[in-house]
Amino acid sequence: MSDAPIIQIKNVSKLYGGTVKAVDGVDLEVGRGEFFALLGPSGCGKTTLLRMLAGFEVPTAGQVIIDGQDMATVQPNKRPVNMVFQSYAVFPHMSVEQNVGYGLKMERRPAKEIRERVAEALELVKLGHLGKRMPDEMSGGQRQRVALARALVKRPKVLLLDEPLSALDAKLREAMQLELVRLQKTVGITFVIVTHDQSEALSMANRIAVMNQGKVQQVAPPAELYEMPANRFVADFIGKINMIEGDSTAAGDGEVRVKAHPLGEMTLKGTATGKVALAVRPEKIFVDEKEPTDPNLIKVKGKVGEVAYFGSYSNVFFDIGLGQPLQADISNVSSDIEEYTFKAGEQYWIYWRKSDTLVLGD
Amino acid sequence: MRLFRRNPDPMGPLDYSRRLWLRAFVAVTLFFLYAPIIGLMAFSFNDSRRNVVWRGFTTDYYVKLWNNDSLMMAFANSLTIAVMTTIVSTILGALTAYVLWRYRFPGKAVYEGGMALPIVIPEICMGVAMMVFFARIGWPAGLPWPINLGSITIAHIAFAFPFAAIVIRARLESFNRELSECARDLGASEYRVFRDIVVPHMRPGLIAGALLAFTLSLDDFVITFFTAGPDTVTFPVKIYSMVRFSVTPEVNAASTVLILVTLVVTTIALWIQNRNNMIGKSAH
Repeated sequence: MSDAPIIQIKNVSKLYGGTVKAVDGVDLEVGRGEFFALLGPSGCGKTTLLRMLAGFEVPTAGQVIIDGQDMATVQPNKRPVNMVFQSYAVFPHMSVEQNVGYGLKMERRPAKEIRERVAEALELVKLGHLGKRMPDEMSGGQRQRVALARALVKRPKVLLLDEPLSALDAKLREAMQLELVRLQKTVGITFVIVTHDQSEALSMANRIAVMNQGKVQQVAPPAELYEMPANRFVADFIGKINMIEGDSTAAGDGEVRVKAHPLGEMTLKGTATGKVALAVRPEKIFVDEKEPTDPNLIKVKGKVGEVAYFGSYSNVFFDIGLGQPLQADISNVSSDIEEYTFKAGEQYWIYWRKSDTLVLGD
Repeated sequence: MRLFRRNPDPMGPLDYSRRLWLRAFVAVTLFFLYAPIIGLMAFSFNDSRRNVVWRGFTTDYYVKLWNNDSLMMAFANSLTIAVMTTIVSTILGALTAYVLWRYRFPGKAVYEGGMALPIVIPEICMGVAMMVFFARIGWPAGLPWPINLGSITIAHIAFAFPFAAIVIRARLESFNRELSECARDLGASEYRVFRDIVVPHMRPGLIAGALLAFTLSLDDFVITFFTAGPDTVTFPVKIYSMVRFSVTPEVNAASTVLILVTLVVTTIALWIQNRNNMIGKSAH
């Protein structure tokens, strides 16, 4: 039983007004103790999916199973999950203690137990000294901790977080990311977080489901998502990437033969055929004045266009005779400014490993 | 050549009160607003049967008022009706507002418009309609007090509760629905969400709605006039019947009492509301 996934989402769809598909045939499994992220642009259906886990939306089709139990007829107040809302939803007329204790009060726990568990939960989120405060006397970050404590005190099987960091300023957001990871490790509860911020998902989650237009595009750990995106959407949504259009035919043995102007024809690892994009991340690209000879490289001549300097690296745009430029992140490995200064119009050989090249279909 | 001359003494937004015409305008407005009321109150202490010349201070007319059994009965009637109307209108208004805010159902717009009808219908029409209605269904007369006030109370509730509903509905608009979802998520039933989360948010609206219902009921004349029987005279109706003979200081005194009751109730309600806000702000 304990090996079974804590959440199983089976072929779940949600239609609004009979036609608009907010969620379209989603299959997902979340394991016990995972920090799972639902990532995607706004309107991709990730929040609807989360709200279906909480019970605020009813799936039009499909099955939601939490801890082996079908949730179809289970009301939100009876589910073994708790949610941290985007607005934190801290009850304004209750003190911090009353807020955190509310869920236990609904469980009709004895007063003594409530007191102890509330104190414990407030310690956990480092608000132990502010129990008597009213919400309007607290900062946004503190209110979020109240919302966290209030959900965790119920010891849910899954904690749902709806864009929990979007209302915080940049500095606080970063601190809170680490805090959430620490918290998740401490309590060992499965976290499911919804976010549109890729860096948030990459830095916190064990596994990420990327969604677009109601469909799951890829489910993978952060590094795999970044290095092995399943399609153009995922590659484009996560980080920066160069894409060069080409045609691909199967060459057997997990390889494809790809023809792309101006790179020429080559055999690469991959499965996508037909119209494809050859994709390479900017930081995987090297630049040299001499032509490289290694046959395992893809090379092309380019002219320096715009250069953006970021201190530790420079983002250089090369014109390789295509509509859009090829961008490369060149590390500034030397303190000799001359060595890494790119001047517009200079010619370079641009190259990268064949193994770093992705063949992406739609 | 200077085309523009700079104003040597530019006015700030509050300095406009220095302008004479503006001051005069404010003074005249305040005069016409308050002079009749203050005059009415002052002459209730006038030691004269006539209401024209000041003859000296007396509280005789308040004593007379106190000893005027029919007037005191009317006052008791008015207060009873007002309290009943306030309680029922506030509850009914709160539930109506909640339903309109919380749910979507077919015919909602019609329902909402129908509810607000008593506000826009001319009071005289409402009064006549009520009179005809109670006569038509044969509402029994001559019941013991206070049950005989039933018809007036029902009529008052009918026109007062939409006001309460509108005030409470407006308050609900500022409610963050995530609060009620959150309470659900923490294990509260729909009823507990309403009691623990929605009602506390509604409270200022409830107080304002109750206050509105109370004052509307207390000083209503037109509808009451049509629904009142000989045994169920209210304070405003009684004052009207007194005025028909002559405007004596007794009428002034009675009116003053009515004004004071309204003022006291309003002050108490505002005080309660303020105190609640203070508790919310200062508890550490």
